[in-house]
Amino acid sequence: MSRRSAILSGFIVVMILFPFAWQAWGDELKQLRVCGDPDNLPFSNKKSEGFENKIAQVIAKELGAELAYFWWPHQRGLVRRAMRPGLCDVMISIPQGWDQVLWTKPYYRSAYVIVYPKDRGFQITSLDDPILKRLKIGVYINSPPAEALANRDIRTNLVGYSLLNYGDQNERPGKIIQDLIAGELDVVIDWGPMAGYFVKRLNASSPLEVVPLQGGEPGIPFTFEFSMGVREGNTALKAELEQAISKRHAEIRKILEDYGVPLLPLLAREQFPKVEEKPGEVFYRRFDRDDPLTSY
Amino acid sequence: MSVKRCTSLIGGLLILVGSLVATAPMVSANEELLKLQKDDGQWASQSKDYAATRYSSLNQITPANVKNLKVAWSFSLGTLNGQEGGPLVVGDTMYVHSSYASTNSHNIYALDLTKEGAPIKWKYAAKHDPKAVPVACCDLVHRGVQYANGKILYQTLDGIVIALDAKTGKELWKTRNADPSKGETNTGAGMVIHDKFIVGVAGGEFGVRGWVAAYNINTGKQVWKARSTGPDEDLMLASDFNAANPHYGRFGEGTKSWPGEQWKKGGGTTWGWYSYDSELNLLYYSTGNPGTWNPAPRKGGDNKWSMTIWARNPDTGVAKWAYQMTPWDNWDYDGINESVLTEQTIGGKKLKVLTHFDRNGFVYTLDRTNGTLLSAEPFVYVNWAKGIDLKTGRPIVNTDKLTKQGEDTKNICPCAMGGKNQVPVAYSPVTNLFYASVNNMCMNYEGQLVQYTAGAPYVGASVLMFNGHEGKDQNWWGDVIAWDVVKGKKVWDIKEQQPPWSGPVVTASNVVFYGTMDGWFKAVDARDGKLLWKHKVGSGIIGNPMTYKGPDGKQYVAVYSGVGGWFGATVSLDLPADDPTAALGGVNAAYLSGLPMATSKGGTLYVFGL
Repeated sequence: MSRRSAILSGFIVVMILFPFAWQAWGDELKQLRVCGDPDNLPFSNKKSEGFENKIAQVIAKELGAELAYFWWPHQRGLVRRAMRPGLCDVMISIPQGWDQVLWTKPYYRSAYVIVYPKDRGFQITSLDDPILKRLKIGVYINSPPAEALANRDIRTNLVGYSLLNYGDQNERPGKIIQDLIAGELDVVIDWGPMAGYFVKRLNASSPLEVVPLQGGEPGIPFTFEFSMGVREGNTALKAELEQAISKRHAEIRKILEDYGVPLLPLLAREQFPKVEEKPGEVFYRRFDRDDPLTSY
Repeated sequence: MSVKRCTSLIGGLLILVGSLVATAPMVSANEELLKLQKDDGQWASQSKDYAATRYSSLNQITPANVKNLKVAWSFSLGTLNGQEGGPLVVGDTMYVHSSYASTNSHNIYALDLTKEGAPIKWKYAAKHDPKAVPVACCDLVHRGVQYANGKILYQTLDGIVIALDAKTGKELWKTRNADPSKGETNTGAGMVIHDKFIVGVAGGEFGVRGWVAAYNINTGKQVWKARSTGPDEDLMLASDFNAANPHYGRFGEGTKSWPGEQWKKGGGTTWGWYSYDSELNLLYYSTGNPGTWNPAPRKGGDNKWSMTIWARNPDTGVAKWAYQMTPWDNWDYDGINESVLTEQTIGGKKLKVLTHFDRNGFVYTLDRTNGTLLSAEPFVYVNWAKGIDLKTGRPIVNTDKLTKQGEDTKNICPCAMGGKNQVPVAYSPVTNLFYASVNNMCMNYEGQLVQYTAGAPYVGASVLMFNGHEGKDQNWWGDVIAWDVVKGKKVWDIKEQQPPWSGPVVTASNVVFYGTMDGWFKAVDARDGKLLWKHKVGSGIIGNPMTYKGPDGKQYVAVYSGVGGWFGATVSLDLPADDPTAALGGVNAAYLSGLPMATSKGGTLYVFGL
């Protein structure tokens, strides 16, 4: 027998005797398909410049998987039209408790933050500061801080920004910080990772103070824990991701810090339980179409 | 003829000419459409006529013979998602439209009624780049096309207004009205008045600042655009706006009634059915809810002009009057429902009125010349307000039913879907009754629901819905009712297992036709609601039936079958009961009502005849 066929038959013998070797071989080639937002820094973009992209790279490496993306904005309909039909398997950073997906153990916690120029001569540490009644405040409509401000009768001096208008150039996540730097606003209450990134990037002529809001009020949380999210029922991938996150914890933390994500200690408990439906009662949700999307 | 007669003839002619000059609108009148609407052999507008009565004087089909009604022919619409709206018949041609398919295409067909089997004359398949709508919109429904001057007019789901040659289906012009990248979309049919196609916009939850706009049907050029919130010049108010009812609010309310600058995310979308009085030259339409869904940030003002019935001059866009139904909305009672125009004797006087069955559970009747509120009665079980004060026009709100983020408010009636949703009512001048498809549902605002969009987390309330109210009436989910607007009460009531989502049509021979969500097409007696005939079609019905006379002189009744829309999406979207996440999100309602085992998805036009 030639040398080549000897090696080949030896190989075959190994594969027959050790069938799990095939599986290991197969696992080497597996893909981690991420549902990626094509244009939403600091989280993600098609050039992989976002922190979700960096974290995805680390996780894929840990899993020994090829990283692949399905690109679609993180707006309503993504889970139903991309994750459920299997076009992608994981969302890198979703709030724990978001019931559209099965979430892993949370791996970081962040908060809504107050942002204002350091040289204005005031210091704001909480929403109870009476100065907020007099300042022009930029805030995202329908966000918890907007609600909390309303509870303090702070309404007329708000300038509203919208998270939902993805394509509108006036509503990009950096705009609220740009408007603060330009002096159109006195103070901004923004989602931490968005604020932290743009504060770092947009070199303000005077530095900006970033103050995380602590805790929250009944029904109005200011802090959220973040997990990865997979399709409901995909407990196998959830377990793999949890393991990978645990192993690469330090690297992931560094990525978040580099991006200016305000980080708080993880809670010892689940922050939001899965919402249960009681018999005879049903949720009112809008119905999304479920036909598959095509990637950007 | 004698000199005297001659003189009076001339005099009469002069008076006629004089009155024409005095009342003729500023631009060329679309006399053809008015004439077509009067011909009950045709159905030239989605609502049948400008008054939006959905009434036909055709009487070949009667309570006695309707039991012989059978399918004359049918036609597949080409898509399988919820089919709303209905066909038009102009001359010998029927125009039908489909819902949006997964390829984002949308069909319009012209069918030749003169030939056996109504073959296709032309087909227009509009296809839109899914990336043009980065916001994956909620609905695939579309409420239909309109006709005028040899053109078919419609506004696509992603906001493009298109005119087609009615004979050939060729595209004549198209122009953008709504920008989906800003969350603006469209599901409505709009209305043609004079030489203008008047259209609205959807997307209130995205903070869209709603409007209606008029496009010239010949050129596609925008003639005017009037906003629902903001400064007076954006609202286009007449100098005598609300002069008859100053307590409704006059100038500056589009900004003053909001804290700070929140009117900029004002909502007030306009995707419902419209109506028009050609003598008063007033367009009537209503606006939806404010852009910020939680009430706390909007507190301190009425948030005008969300939840409002508007009357505008369709040529100039200028508003004569406006009446807000639900100030400072706490419940998502989107106010876009239609207003039907009738004449009623109220307080001994014969008045030109409009009647509006609102999502908030009250049926409002107003003097449509100036907006004066004449009556407002609950047409379903209502507890968010004890009533409407006729003097002030304002609801007497039950403060127990106000909602607040982080707090539970239970048993609010009606539920956010409304006492009646966008499903249009019908009105018969023979019975002087309104026929409405209504919901038997209430809701709880409870707990907190983690939400997430574009990288940021937030919370909303879980809105739980259920049928019945306060533990009663829990065996069914909706009704078709006959309502006497003069007496302010229900005359008859048909309970339906599924909430009926099909706008009735009523005829001079006292037959009311409507469809149910599990696929029954029914004929009932307009006088007492007695069931006369029913036929099971291929899929649940959420379209609006219409009736016309074929070229053979026979009366036909046509309706789309194809379940979908909010309640029916469980079926059209194949949401299984055992999918753990499908169990959340309203799927349960449909499962509790039995819908997924009662029908399957479809998309077919049915035409019935004797």
